[in-house]
Amino acid sequence: MMNLTLKIWRQKNASDKGKIVDYPVSGISPDMSFLEMLDVLNQELIEKGEEPVAFDHDCREGICGTCSLYINGRAHGPQTKITACQLHMRSFKDGDTIYIEPWRAEAFPIVKDLIVDRSSFDRIQQAGGFISVNTSGNTQDANAIPIEKENADKAFDAATCIGCGACVASCKNSSAMLFVSAKVSQFALLPQGQVEATDRVLNMVKQMDEEGFGNCTNTGACEVECPKGISLENIARMNREYLSATLKG
Amino acid sequence: MSGILNSSIGRKFAMALSALFLMVFLLQHFSINILSVFSPDTFNEVSHFMGTFWVVQYLLQPVLIFGVVFHFVMGFVLEYQNKKARKVGYAKTSRAANSTWMSRNMLLTGLVVLAFLALHMYDFWVHEMQVKYIQGDMSGLINPDNAESGFRYYEELREKFVDPIRVGFYAVSFVLLALHLLHGFNSAFQSVGANNKYVKGLKGFSKVYAIGIPAGFIFIALFHHFTH
Repeated sequence: MMNLTLKIWRQKNASDKGKIVDYPVSGISPDMSFLEMLDVLNQELIEKGEEPVAFDHDCREGICGTCSLYINGRAHGPQTKITACQLHMRSFKDGDTIYIEPWRAEAFPIVKDLIVDRSSFDRIQQAGGFISVNTSGNTQDANAIPIEKENADKAFDAATCIGCGACVASCKNSSAMLFVSAKVSQFALLPQGQVEATDRVLNMVKQMDEEGFGNCTNTGACEVECPKGISLENIARMNREYLSATLKG
Repeated sequence: MSGILNSSIGRKFAMALSALFLMVFLLQHFSINILSVFSPDTFNEVSHFMGTFWVVQYLLQPVLIFGVVFHFVMGFVLEYQNKKARKVGYAKTSRAANSTWMSRNMLLTGLVVLAFLALHMYDFWVHEMQVKYIQGDMSGLINPDNAESGFRYYEELREKFVDPIRVGFYAVSFVLLALHLLHGFNSAFQSVGANNKYVKGLKGFSKVYAIGIPAGFIFIALFHHFTH
């Protein structure tokens, strides 16, 4: 069993200034997930009549993209290619001090404690992250359109982005380009995405800029911290798509 | 096409284009400077050609000045916007775990290179402009009244590298330039969309360029300092 000191960002609401608060926790099993450890802390706080720590979570199996914790200076904690809910306490040592903070970006305003508002990602998706298909009953069988294996694989890799925002949280510039590029790429690589390709990239990048994300300076931090391993190649592809669309437009 | 500089990708594209242009210029500058080590006469002749050929003087030189100014002004603009995107920072960050020091400190290394450029312009460019366009001496000769006196460029170069403090600053600046290029070279290709299996080989070449060219400039400065 482990005894830990948690330094957690507490903020009552969007307008509160917020601060780091220390919480000692004991009797933590190395087999617990990180979120279970927070559940234990919250149970103790509730029993003491204190406000529990608010944090986002849903599937707890790394596929929904809801959890969003900046743990000891890294998005989703010290391991790579996992989300915070997949992180286990065996990644820490007895006596450790663990900083737990929310994603930091002007485009991700804090709602409460560790919960941030990521609806900016939704608005970017709504600006073009889709294909328009007539689903009235005469839809073409997707398998009827041959697609190169390499492109199919790359499109699938891009489509694994769960939109958690770790790329924004990790980037020193709070850039959302890895997320947007994944959403652009998953369609740009497939024939079904070609019809709206020009408008898609122009509109999604425009929305991304309007949301107040920073510029990409190619540090690569987003790729390292992405729980799904989305490649920087997608950003280069989006750059090509955007420049080509700009010339056409 | 209009308003491309109003978009984040457009600004990065413009930044990358100016960087690629400056890297080509740096290679050309090095190719001429290294001649001073092997053949003072050839160095003099090439310097005189570059200093008097109208295409270089009236077309390429203004483009170069624009490229330098654009690159650093755009660097500040991007940095300002990036700082604005996260006004409250983290209590704890482990940036070294996911990115290189070079990639995170382009502004710092760029500022040192900018300071170097100010000294470099004062040392050579201002002097050239004064001699050629204020004094009106386009001869390039040590003594404009004596054609036998020979070209002045090599001697002037040697003279500048006598002072050990200046040579030291040059050397430090080129180390910082190497660090700037170690990230900037590949970054420029990424920004223009060139990151796929066909350009992976550039990564090795980028390291050779980023270390080799600045090291070559340091060698030239040290060579003239110790052989003067």
